[in-house]
Amino acid sequence: MNILNLIRIAFKALQRNKLRAFLTMLGVIIGVASVIAMVAIGQGSKQSIQTQLSSMGSNMITVLPSSNVAGGARLGGSSVQTLTIDDVKALQKQAANISFISPAAISSGQSIFGAFNWPTTIYGVSPSYLDIRQWELTDGIPFSEEDVRASAKVCLIGQTVVTNLFPNGESPIGKIIRFNNLPFQVIGTLAAKGQSSFGQDQDDVILAPYTTVQKRILATIYFRTIYASAINESASDAATDEITAILRKTHRLRNSDENDFQVRTMAELISALSSTSNLLTILLTAIAGISLVIGGIGIMNIMYVSVTERTREIGLRMSIGARGIDILMQFLIEAIMISITGGLIGVALGITSAKLITIFLSWPTLVSESSIILSFAVCAFTGVFFGYYPAQKASRLDPIEALRYE
Amino acid sequence: MSKKILELQNIKRAFIMGTETVHALRGVSFDVMAGEFVTIMGSSGSGKTTLLNTLGCLDKPTEGVYMLDGVNVGGLSRDELARLRNRKIGFVFQSYNLLPRTSALENVELPLFYNSSVSYDERKQKAIKALEAVKLADRLDHTPNQLSGGQQQRVAIARALVNEPVMILADEATGNLDTRTSYEIMALMQELNQVQGKTIVFVTHEPDIAAFSTRTVMLRDGKVVRDTPNENIRSAKEALASLPHSDDY
Repeated sequence: MNILNLIRIAFKALQRNKLRAFLTMLGVIIGVASVIAMVAIGQGSKQSIQTQLSSMGSNMITVLPSSNVAGGARLGGSSVQTLTIDDVKALQKQAANISFISPAAISSGQSIFGAFNWPTTIYGVSPSYLDIRQWELTDGIPFSEEDVRASAKVCLIGQTVVTNLFPNGESPIGKIIRFNNLPFQVIGTLAAKGQSSFGQDQDDVILAPYTTVQKRILATIYFRTIYASAINESASDAATDEITAILRKTHRLRNSDENDFQVRTMAELISALSSTSNLLTILLTAIAGISLVIGGIGIMNIMYVSVTERTREIGLRMSIGARGIDILMQFLIEAIMISITGGLIGVALGITSAKLITIFLSWPTLVSESSIILSFAVCAFTGVFFGYYPAQKASRLDPIEALRYE
Repeated sequence: MSKKILELQNIKRAFIMGTETVHALRGVSFDVMAGEFVTIMGSSGSGKTTLLNTLGCLDKPTEGVYMLDGVNVGGLSRDELARLRNRKIGFVFQSYNLLPRTSALENVELPLFYNSSVSYDERKQKAIKALEAVKLADRLDHTPNQLSGGQQQRVAIARALVNEPVMILADEATGNLDTRTSYEIMALMQELNQVQGKTIVFVTHEPDIAAFSTRTVMLRDGKVVRDTPNENIRSAKEALASLPHSDDY
């Protein structure tokens, strides 16, 4: 009795009762499809949460000058100036876990346009700052590296500044505003970001090339801060170590020296992010498990009924020479065929419904390969596991009794 | 030609039902030669069914020796018995036992599925040949519910023939059929026996049917009470011809 024959026998037996085979399959189909769709929704939401958190700057790393001791009194952070453009260049060149980096020279002052004026803060940054903060422009263009080199007097202004300097609704683009009496041409307006988590108005800002702010306003070669973004949240810690190592080198610190800078990450945001995604994963795994077990029990149920219903068939097969193992294999293969076919249909249905959910409900979904492989493997396993008991029962029937079974 | 197909020596079979022991067979001995058409007769409770199960290798005797085509059945395992049933015995049942929703051809092919020495093409050819032998070559694709009782039984006979067994074992094969169809089946059996030389063991309780065989073994209370060759074999074909034509209902 070869396996090909057994597969043919099992296939013909299933063909003989298509509706029953389909109903049995339904449990598996729904199980697998729901797992794939659920995981797709979960992954999709996870990704969109991740994108949102990233836009809040969850992968942002801040480098500040460190505290220092002056005459026995410990001075607070930023009390000394240690960060220079050489640090920024070294980091740009050497740090592998950083995707963007921008220095920041910061100054407060009064901005003036015509009859209107407003106290605000100017950030002297590089063009990458917009990438780090994931900040969009609503109008105009960002300043370029060329503007940085030329210490150009151009700026981007936040929405709070727009409202206060241009209350009549005219477009600020191309207008000349003054900051601490230095004229700047407005070349773009920033999208509204609202308050930061510390209650600070993030839109109350003017962005300009750092060279302009350093030379023309502050007259310094130091930066208040260096902003960088790690390539992703999980690389934050690695990036921190990298930055520390590089800066220690550029600052020529000896092993016994304390850092003259500090590196800070958004640890709180990162842990919130990972706990959210972990919770989603656990929840979805639980749903997955339950639906597949129900599908498996469905298989067992129908196979069990099927064995009883087909007792005479089993008796006949035995009387014409089927061995116990042949009967066992036939029913087992039937169960596996049902679960695999159901699994395949379920995968197709799951992917389709995930797509439909995105199209009609516009929920973000992401069909992951691992969910397909896992649910398919589990459903094949349930086929064997739940098919075995009824198959074994069938194979142990006594042919005489089975033939006379009514 | 006269090779011993069956050899039964003092076959006993006892069942234990609770505290009681029921002796279904109390020492049955007879031989069947190749080419014989034997009917086994007896009223219910005579041990007929138990003997049939034993002959069909579905059951093993408690005592005694049963040789089927030179093989001692007594010492075989379950799987070896299954193999023996597949190669040496063709069963024909009272209730046909065809697989529903399955074509005649596929029903006939069934025993060959359990014989791995038969290839796919051979299987189909053999099945067609067997169906031709029972004159159903034009009904290959019909399912059992599209066939009459007599035709269904002929499909079952084709299924019994397909593995070229040494013996056809029929269990009340005409029990569910009317007189005319019974005679048709018996005519077919006689043809298989006389023309193709098939050995047939036919279990029945109808003396009418026994008249078509070459020998009758009568059982009572688990013992052979009579074992006589049939001097005057009736031809089923002639019997069929003598039936009044208006006999359809």
